[in-house]
Amino acid sequence: MDVTGLSTQERPRYLLEVDGVSKDFPGVRALDDMHLTLRHNEVLALVGENGAGKSTLMKLLAGVYTPDRGSFRLDGRPLRVSGPKEALETGISIIHQEFNLMPHLTVAQNIYIGREPRVGGFLLSERALNRRAQELVDRLGLPLDVRRLVGDLTVAKQQMVEIAKALSYDARVLIMDEPTAALNDAEVRTLHDLIRRFKREDTGVIYISHRIDELKAISDRITVIRDGRYVATLDTAATSMKEVISLMVGRTLASDAKPQNVRPDREVVLSVRGLSTKELLKDVSFDLREGEILGFAGLMGAGRTEVARAIVGADPISAGEIWLRGRKVHIRHPADAARLRIGYLSEDRKHFGLLLEHDVSTNITLSALAERFSRWGFVNAKAARGTAQRMVGSLKIKTPSVSRATKNLSGGNQQKVVVAKWLVKECDILIFDEPTRGIDVGAKEEIYRLLNDLAAEGKSIIMISSELAEIVRMSHRVVVMTEGRVSGILDHAEATQENIMHYATLRPDESAEDAAELGLVGARAVPPTGAAGTDPEGGQR
Amino acid sequence: MSTVDTTAAGQAPATVAEAGPAGWRVSLRNRLQQLLAFASLIVIFAFFSVASSSFFNYGNVTNILFSTVVIGTLALGTTFVIITGGIDLSLGTGMALCAVMSAVFITKWDVPIGVGVVMTILFGGLLGLVNGVNVALLKIPPFIATLAMMLVAQGLALVISDSAPIYFNDDLAYTKISTGNLLGFDFPNAVLILLAATVICVVLLNKTILGRYTYSIGSNEEATALSGIDVRKWKIIIYALGGLFIGLAGVLISARLGSAQPGTGTGYELQAIAAVVIGGTSLAGGKGSIVGTLIGALIISVLNNGLQIMSIPQEWQSVILGLVILVAVYADMVRKRET
Repeated sequence: MDVTGLSTQERPRYLLEVDGVSKDFPGVRALDDMHLTLRHNEVLALVGENGAGKSTLMKLLAGVYTPDRGSFRLDGRPLRVSGPKEALETGISIIHQEFNLMPHLTVAQNIYIGREPRVGGFLLSERALNRRAQELVDRLGLPLDVRRLVGDLTVAKQQMVEIAKALSYDARVLIMDEPTAALNDAEVRTLHDLIRRFKREDTGVIYISHRIDELKAISDRITVIRDGRYVATLDTAATSMKEVISLMVGRTLASDAKPQNVRPDREVVLSVRGLSTKELLKDVSFDLREGEILGFAGLMGAGRTEVARAIVGADPISAGEIWLRGRKVHIRHPADAARLRIGYLSEDRKHFGLLLEHDVSTNITLSALAERFSRWGFVNAKAARGTAQRMVGSLKIKTPSVSRATKNLSGGNQQKVVVAKWLVKECDILIFDEPTRGIDVGAKEEIYRLLNDLAAEGKSIIMISSELAEIVRMSHRVVVMTEGRVSGILDHAEATQENIMHYATLRPDESAEDAAELGLVGARAVPPTGAAGTDPEGGQR
Repeated sequence: MSTVDTTAAGQAPATVAEAGPAGWRVSLRNRLQQLLAFASLIVIFAFFSVASSSFFNYGNVTNILFSTVVIGTLALGTTFVIITGGIDLSLGTGMALCAVMSAVFITKWDVPIGVGVVMTILFGGLLGLVNGVNVALLKIPPFIATLAMMLVAQGLALVISDSAPIYFNDDLAYTKISTGNLLGFDFPNAVLILLAATVICVVLLNKTILGRYTYSIGSNEEATALSGIDVRKWKIIIYALGGLFIGLAGVLISARLGSAQPGTGTGYELQAIAAVVIGGTSLAGGKGSIVGTLIGALIISVLNNGLQIMSIPQEWQSVILGLVILVAVYADMVRKRET
């Protein structure tokens, strides 16, 4: 095995160095003076909350973005890549969380895309391609049929294709983003085995994961980042996972903002039992009371948005029941949900929440247009503007007039316009998906106040958020999801960031023993199915 | 990658044996839409053969093939574009412009016929290249970029020809490109050219990196780019390739008519796209086949011919074609949902 030709003394200290890298996006500093070192023959775990800057860092290394400041070094030499191809050729292979595969092509065609064996320059040799791919997957010990279409494979096998593709380049640095998100335990072991075999004197792995429990098994060191900044690097062997979690969560919160739990005698307005979808959700059950803000926490891909979409009928459900004020309802389409006064405020306001080119008045009255602002199909513009005017006043939407196009409003005010739309529709259940995403700090406070006011008025709110601080501060109770299941429902006293993070990183089959081991007490897992009709939270206080 | 060779010897035979039937099943499933389209073609053909005595004879079958040539040629080239997830609306008027250019090259500039034909095909390629640049570099949506080209080509064809047909009266050899019988019996050259073009396209799409990237871009453009492939370059090449077929269609139609008709062309693009879609190519990109496209084009001409022979008015032919497209696409969607 040829290494670099250098003796250990001459060899640069680090395989990869990230030195003071910063990256700004309009309105956001995604990375701020980031530092990171990867040693030779090492698996470095990179951990941080959603939005800590991990994916930006990866895109910089992949050459998709260029850094505003700072530099990268590979083996001590400056590394500057101007595109994905160059990154791959320099030896940096990245396996993204969302697979970059072509479903209509075969496994072999995917692995060697861009590097097809050719005859006479232009003609493909499918035979040579399949042979080469077969050799590769055999050498890696992957159970893949290289002639199958990738679109026909399971997610775990698609992941293997990604790995085979990454390793088929002469990768020096292999970066894996949440590689085990979709794998079962046996598949995780296979993956870790692969990683150990890949790790050599001239290579290294950066392993990004939310699965705190896995880091012990696979990593040599752990680097924690938060809010785009470097926090700490720890030796895995000498570190407790509790320490890692507290470094990830970082900031301490003012606890005076905490709400009290909603009294258990308030009416249960929405009751979800055993909700499942073909793709992701498995047996999701919870209750939402009048005047309650129910936080939904979990990592990306845990299924929080999917729950919301299933409830409002945007995605078909395969099993489960939805009860509304004690009556079983069938919601097949978002229009059904709106009729039942359930409003869903998408995380992607600009795509799903607003008509950006249209004015505030049009947007606010859109949902209720047919029933409240029209006669014989003609829009009563005067009534619409009047109502919009009132909403602008009561929600304190900052706009010079209701005729202003919503695209000219700030993020916070756009969010309020969406809220106004559902209030005009007289919704009493509001599902907020990432209500403060893309909204600056000052405006966040206003959105929080608005949410509290709405709850105080007796509206019931589901708040999906990736910001733990937000969840802890706003929620009366917190539903934590993992891999399409509810892994815990925490009432207010239990809903600390550490507890939530613990449940969010739990494998669904893990027992409560881990909770004890981590020193987390008081939290309890959701009872299994069949709780319909009984209230899992009731009677506790 | 030199360290992990341990398992190769033990595993290889087993995996290969496993791969055999699975690979065969995959290819069968991929061909299913083609088989379906082919079966429909046979059924329609059989229906007309029974329904009308003057349908199934050598003369009429040759006639059907002859009338498939123009739509077929356009459809072949645009199959590539559609598999990338794009669309080309400038096929029809682009073809009319190419026909006019061919007449200008040969009758006005007195360029030798062979050279004139090559120049015309390259001119078509240029139109496609412009479309490709607009789509790939300027990021104009393909529908809009090629709609604009459709109008530009329509106007230019009229301007260059002074809005009058240009006849190839002194160059009867030119018309032989379409109507001659190279084989020595009554079988038009144009059909031979279509068959040759089909073979070339089958090779291009299935056996070359061009074809592989065509599928790859249509399947997942972002992933293709992240795999280090210059998607912009390949899109330009693919649109330009489609353009070459527009040029060829311009030659074939003007040779067949013995004249360049600047005002024609509109409508051909939709028929060509219909042929591609009936042949099982997805407008969403990622999947499709050349043989399917050829079958699609044949279905359209068999329908047109058969309905004409049964004296069904032209208006109704259009209605029936519309229904056929709906049925073909719906059948494809149902099949996809089941798998």
